[in-house]
Amino acid sequence: MPILEIKNAELSIDNKKILKRLSLNVNEGETHAIMGPNGSGKSTLSYMLAGRDGYELDNGSITFDNIDLTQLSPDERSNLGLFLAFQYPVELPGVSSTNFLREIFNSRKKHLGEIELSHLDFIKHLRKVAENLSIKDEMLKRYVNFGFSGGEKKRFEILQMALLNPKISVLDETDSGLDVDALKIVSEGVNNLKNKNNAVVVITHYQRLLDYIKPDIVHIMSDGKIIKSGDADLALYVEKNGYSEILNEKN
Amino acid sequence: MVATTETINQVKTTTDKYKYGFSTEIEVDKAPKGLNEDIIRFISKKKDEPKWMLDWRLEAFKKWKRMEKPNWAKVSFPDIDFQDIYYYAAPKSKKKLNSLDEVDPELLKTYEKLGIPLNEQKMLAGVAVDAVFDSVSVATTFREKLSEVGVIFCPISEAIKNHPDLVKKYIGSVVPVTDNYYTALNSAVFTDGSFVYIPKGVKCPMELSTYFRINEKNTGQFERTLIVVEDEGYVSYLEGCTAPQRDENQLHAAVVELVAMNKSQIKYSTVQNWYPGDEQGKGGIYNFVTKRGKCLGENSKISWTQVETGSSITWKYPSCILMGDNSIGEFYSVAITNNAQQADTGTKMIHIGKNTKSTIISKGISAGKSQNTYRGQVQIQKSAKNARNFTQCDSLLIGDTCSAHTVPYINQHVSNAKVEHEATTSKISEDQLFYCMQRGLDAEQATSIIVNGFCKEVMKELPMEFAVEAQKLIGISLEGSVG
Repeated sequence: MPILEIKNAELSIDNKKILKRLSLNVNEGETHAIMGPNGSGKSTLSYMLAGRDGYELDNGSITFDNIDLTQLSPDERSNLGLFLAFQYPVELPGVSSTNFLREIFNSRKKHLGEIELSHLDFIKHLRKVAENLSIKDEMLKRYVNFGFSGGEKKRFEILQMALLNPKISVLDETDSGLDVDALKIVSEGVNNLKNKNNAVVVITHYQRLLDYIKPDIVHIMSDGKIIKSGDADLALYVEKNGYSEILNEKN
Repeated sequence: MVATTETINQVKTTTDKYKYGFSTEIEVDKAPKGLNEDIIRFISKKKDEPKWMLDWRLEAFKKWKRMEKPNWAKVSFPDIDFQDIYYYAAPKSKKKLNSLDEVDPELLKTYEKLGIPLNEQKMLAGVAVDAVFDSVSVATTFREKLSEVGVIFCPISEAIKNHPDLVKKYIGSVVPVTDNYYTALNSAVFTDGSFVYIPKGVKCPMELSTYFRINEKNTGQFERTLIVVEDEGYVSYLEGCTAPQRDENQLHAAVVELVAMNKSQIKYSTVQNWYPGDEQGKGGIYNFVTKRGKCLGENSKISWTQVETGSSITWKYPSCILMGDNSIGEFYSVAITNNAQQADTGTKMIHIGKNTKSTIISKGISAGKSQNTYRGQVQIQKSAKNARNFTQCDSLLIGDTCSAHTVPYINQHVSNAKVEHEATTSKISEDQLFYCMQRGLDAEQATSIIVNGFCKEVMKELPMEFAVEAQKLIGISLEGSVG
């Protein structure tokens, strides 16, 4: 069953074409990796999927569980079960992390028609989830992403992912700025959430992350479209030979 | 808002009577429009005041007539015709409704969003409530508890009669009659307000709230409050209500005076949510308030915390005169303006005593076409050796059509005093909104959460229950400002 279908997506920013007839299908239970050099349009793709202002399609379509996403606001997309782990998580000064997490958690519950958790029950649940990601209570008392280290920010993204339990998660360069230990923790967190009913799309520069999060399908993106897809070996090939060979082969 | 037809008609009848010797006729409930000595005599008589009070009012009126309206604030509004205002309409109990079905659904929606319990909703909307929740009985219980410890908490009109020495001693001692145009006006015509007296060494056992003041009726547009705390006493006073309040009086000019003796502490919190008018600001309330506290004793402390979301024009500078050595003044403020609202608010910290300290944290949030100005003065007088002030003014803009201004005045006459001022202006960032919305919060929830974060330092100064409602109120005030 496809969760996400992108067909011939075209998108431009300031009259410059960024995505050029990009197509991608992601099925339930799959893990995809999108790799590509800088400026190939990877982050634009993630913003486009999440519905950021200014990232509307010129042409093409995106459907999520057969629902047309193009007209939906970011929160509506989120409520359908689409999650984006930000490359640069945003600081919210004055907003306590715990309160923020409770707010988004209960808002999700409400949309699913499930019972919202009381403050105490939520704290219990949060502690459990946070522990798996080696997130200490102390961090949850701080303001959202405020003064977090690079690694803390990325762990906090995965913590939100774990709380919201999305159907599809797009991880935008979640590995950037992580040391090996943090990379392990974050990857384990993602792997623990993976099941046959959801899907993960990992956007990355490097093969390193794919040692921990095993992709079923690897796509190479260049100049606004996917130029080559293959299995996990494709990532290893890129790691060894760089992108240039694939790019040349295409030209 | 304009006076209701009912009031107009009643006043018309009175006006006719007035021609035939109205000043002696004290049975009538309304005074005609306009202001003159007779009206003041009428108000005073109506309240059964002693002569000294009447004389005080008349003196104030004489001075007021010679004063000029202030025009330095960054607000604009049509000229007020002070002869076109009713200065006395008897405390009118709200029209009793039989059920919530009769209440304006818009109002109910807001109550709901604020999370106000059903019984309280009824009370606020003026629906008859059962005996269990009768506000008077609640108030009576409160009053008994208070009198056990010697705390006086009553309408100021009662205090004038029952505690004349206290009132006489302190009224006008912090805010002189001629402090400004509106204080003189208020002194001449004030209708009612609160009086609080905390005796030596008493920590008031509960938060005092206007909400539970006995005989609470329409206190009118010229409210007068006086709070005196003796040595080592403590009181926390809550004014206002998060629920939206409508009033047929467009002009409000209140005076609040606080007096803190040695080692005493006064915490004064306000949530102001008066009708801001329609989107053009039409019909909204003008709120011209003078609030001032005097730290008369050594080691005394006065804190003002305010959340201002209502009124079409707010002109308000809760201030502290730090006379006693080591005394402390604090001002925490959140002022939100949306649509056509204008707020010019801030504080004055006058350092006179040695080692006096003051802290000012002001958070201004503007949306729509609104204007939001912080105006603050820090004055360190020669005697104020080693005084300290810290000021932080942050402004947050939502959208492109609003504006925020910061106008600090610093007068420092002592070399070893330390005055720090920090100011920031930021726009609510698209990154922050997108981040929150990606997590499933809608634009309004997202704005509310970001703005509440911005106000955090002030909100944490509010008493707990108040803070929870105030947080929701902030969200509601900004509705429609994004998206």
